[in-house]
Amino acid sequence: MHGYLGLPWSIALLSGAAIAYEVLLMRLFSIIQWHHFAYMIISLALLGYGISGVFLALFRDWLNARFEAVFPAGITLFSLTAPGCFWLGQRLPFNPSELFWSPVQPLYLLLLYLLLALPFFFAASATGLALFRFRGQVSNLYAADLAGAGLGSGAIIGLLFVFPPEQALIALALVGIAGILPVSIAWEKNGWGLAVCAAVLALFWLAPADWKALHISPYKELRQLLRIPGTRVIDSFSNPIAYTDVVESPVTPLRHAPGLSLNADREPPAQLAIFADAGNMSALTRYNGDPATISYLDQTTSALPYHLNKPKQLLILGVGAGSDLLQAEWFGVPTVDGVELNGQLIDYIKNRHDAFSGGIFTNARLRLHIGEARGFVSATKERFDLIQIALMDAYGASSAGLYALSENYLYTVEALREYIRHLQPGGYLALTRWAKMPPRDALKLFATAAEALELSGITEPGRHLILIRGWQTSTLLVKNGEVTLADIGKLKTFCEDRSFDIDFYPGITEPETNRFNQLPESYYYQGASQILGVERAVYLERYKFAIEPATDDRPYFFQFFKWTTLPEILSLYGQGGISLLETGYIILVAGALQALLAALLCIGLPMWRCRQRLGLPAYSPRLWRVIGYFFLLGNAFLFIEIAFIQKFILFLHHPVYSVTVVLCTFLIAASLGSTASRRLQDQRHGHFVPIVGIALLTLVYILFFNNLTGVFLYQSAPVKIAVTVLLTLPLGFLMGMPFPLGLQRAATLSPSLIPWAWGVNGLASVISASLATLIAIHGGFTVLVLIAVGLYLGAAACLPRVDEP
Amino acid sequence: MIHPKHLLLVLLLLVALLLLSSVLAWAEPDAYARQRAAMVDEIEASMTSTADRLGRGALSPQVANALRKTPRHLFVGEDQRPYAYQNRPLPIGHGQTISQPYIVAVMTELLDAKPGAKVLEIGTGSAYQAAVLGAVGAEVYSIEIIEPLADSARARLDKLGYHNIHTRSGDGYYGWPEAAPFDAILVTAAASHIPPPLIKQLKAGGRMLIPVGDRFNVQQLVLVEKSPDQKIKTRQLLPVAFVPLTGTHP
Repeated sequence: MHGYLGLPWSIALLSGAAIAYEVLLMRLFSIIQWHHFAYMIISLALLGYGISGVFLALFRDWLNARFEAVFPAGITLFSLTAPGCFWLGQRLPFNPSELFWSPVQPLYLLLLYLLLALPFFFAASATGLALFRFRGQVSNLYAADLAGAGLGSGAIIGLLFVFPPEQALIALALVGIAGILPVSIAWEKNGWGLAVCAAVLALFWLAPADWKALHISPYKELRQLLRIPGTRVIDSFSNPIAYTDVVESPVTPLRHAPGLSLNADREPPAQLAIFADAGNMSALTRYNGDPATISYLDQTTSALPYHLNKPKQLLILGVGAGSDLLQAEWFGVPTVDGVELNGQLIDYIKNRHDAFSGGIFTNARLRLHIGEARGFVSATKERFDLIQIALMDAYGASSAGLYALSENYLYTVEALREYIRHLQPGGYLALTRWAKMPPRDALKLFATAAEALELSGITEPGRHLILIRGWQTSTLLVKNGEVTLADIGKLKTFCEDRSFDIDFYPGITEPETNRFNQLPESYYYQGASQILGVERAVYLERYKFAIEPATDDRPYFFQFFKWTTLPEILSLYGQGGISLLETGYIILVAGALQALLAALLCIGLPMWRCRQRLGLPAYSPRLWRVIGYFFLLGNAFLFIEIAFIQKFILFLHHPVYSVTVVLCTFLIAASLGSTASRRLQDQRHGHFVPIVGIALLTLVYILFFNNLTGVFLYQSAPVKIAVTVLLTLPLGFLMGMPFPLGLQRAATLSPSLIPWAWGVNGLASVISASLATLIAIHGGFTVLVLIAVGLYLGAAACLPRVDEP
Repeated sequence: MIHPKHLLLVLLLLVALLLLSSVLAWAEPDAYARQRAAMVDEIEASMTSTADRLGRGALSPQVANALRKTPRHLFVGEDQRPYAYQNRPLPIGHGQTISQPYIVAVMTELLDAKPGAKVLEIGTGSAYQAAVLGAVGAEVYSIEIIEPLADSARARLDKLGYHNIHTRSGDGYYGWPEAAPFDAILVTAAASHIPPPLIKQLKAGGRMLIPVGDRFNVQQLVLVEKSPDQKIKTRQLLPVAFVPLTGTHP
């Protein structure tokens, strides 16, 4: 057909750039704002996909008649607005912290949504129009769209290793604009394709540097520190894990020592501040070899285990800027294993600040492992006298519940069992967390430890646990063995000397608690004793925050929100009760509701108002069934994708690799599936074949995931990646089929349905991301997958046959 | 030629306009005073419900009076003035904020500053909290590290005639040794730990208060008390009436 040549290439490039943009926006907003807002903003921006469906449905004939202009225009506009709208968006004085206070903030948020929806709208309109025009080639075009997305999702991760995110933004826009070259060549209009590319390139080149720079919220920690006279960023570097800034403060020392005892009178030595994504500050401390200068590290709650036994072999999970390494130095630990995910940070410290840090990252006693903490523990055959898990998140973000949506495999019941299994007899696992008010983390960890011990066959977990607390941090110790009287004696001396409170040790009584740093009641002691008692379930149920242990299937340690507490918190608005709100969860729900509302407004309303003009086949039930099919399909696809990314994180033990490998394989396999689906096109029940296949395969995977992957757990990363690809491939292949099959069916029924199918499918992607997280928080990934299977089967039943009325 | 009748009309109109503008000019501060009174009423109502948790009865007359006297709208930028007497935190530029008035009231109460007491504040901000403490009658020493904020706070306090508030720009870690010891210390600047020099500068029997949270929300108040025998004890308080457990245990 005329004009088709070159189109799949253009679509692949465009789709690759669009998915890369989506991934990149997440990084960009995590840096300039906060992670959970990034989540909401992007899911809403995807509404651009849904709106493009309505737009196409309304103007399909007019647009179709001008396809050779409209299609390249869509690509060009995407490439211009992708960076342009982000640049404009970051100029808006949007401040999430004020969202609950200031009436204008929701307006800024709305504006941000609209701005960021534009690029997706243009990209989706171009692709959607192509699908409408060349409906006979749907499976190939959709295959190109998926293949492009698969490659794009992989390429952006690669790009982020090479370029900082603000430059990657321009790079992906250039990939997008390159999408007009294949069609311009095929349509023998070589000149203008190159001209447009050159013009866009020139525009980006000439754009003022200030536009292109990141404008970080003035309320983020990095910006706050930079207000202090004399501070300056000395180095910045980035990778897909984090954007790192290193700040020196020569005039006013940093003095970062969270959890320090009030009895400490020694100031920490000079420090460099290290920020991840402009927040989450940690400090690299100068060490000149004189132990006295770091004596303050003996004045924190995390120093306790060193006083109970002298560890010879220590494991630090989350080395970061190395404060735990320095603490180990102070206590003269002979062998230290340290695990850190961000290798770039470790290399930087080793290369640039080896002398400053006193060589603690390079000395012979230390074995550094770059990788994910949980993965290291699962794979190692060694046992340790002490496993330290440091404070890896900043207090502010943690206490505002901003991590509620982040999956965390470090603090689950299974993780704690794994750590305990790797302790020498008499060894300790030490977990230090921020002491929040009212207590959350410490009690949740206590409950997690109790459950992990029980599952390890210990009938009285209380005999293995110690919990202490300063005004800022709490440390929980889990002993591989029973806590002895001698231990308790040392514990009491340690805490008495530093004015730390003991909240729990086996045999403690209430009068011994809540002495130095008093809470209105001895909440920690009460919680610990209730958790160990027979009424644990009742206590956890009645507590006003969610402190039931997290599991690998529901890895949301930082999710403390409970619906039942919401009315009380709202009634305390005037007293600053909003500070009790776990915002991450609220944002998720608000995001889902907004998406639903926006969907009804942008898609439902025009459909109802303009049904004549839309050429909808007079409200027959089959219209609704077609729409239902694509809605269920869109949700189910993403549910499975999200669940398997998470499942494979535990296998690959690296969030970035897992997302990249699984997403890339899924999409490329789906693209192959889409091409192959042509064979099923003409069969009456063709779409049943892949759907039944998906259902069966998914059920096998989810039921036997640990058996399937367990065999390869100790293999090297390339082997594990290969296994992941092999397992994902067949599922993705099948998942690529139902969409083109349905689209083909819709085209046969009435071509005017195509834009609707496209729009509704896009819309589902807006809702499904938030919905998937909500389901995973409450039910776990297994439930999420089961629901997805249900949705697939529902979709299969929905799609009308050609000969149906 | 202008008809005398018209001239009279114009004159009358001018007089009316003049009167109206002066009434408006006079009414504006009056409107602020009314808003301020309403704000204090609201705080008083909230305080009653939090009373037993904070160990304080209702808002004390001194603090209520200080809040009624302190023109919060003059401590924020022009753009924030319409919200000055709403019970919410407000941005004051440079990435800083002033606390929700309810929190200011609670903190002032907890510091227990009597007239003539010496109070050290780390983190002047726009100096609203210092002004409230000053209005209670305390001798306030306030340190701000962000220079432009320190300068504008100084100018503002001078203009408003607060002579019992001393300000300084710089690092608050070492306190204000020349004026030490203090009856009360308020550390509003984010602190990763409590600076030992500040504990030293606290009088025996004195109180130090550290609000913990982000710029817009105070999540908890840490009250450090130094007993007459120099022993340190801290208390962690929630500014709101909230108990983490529901009901009583059967």
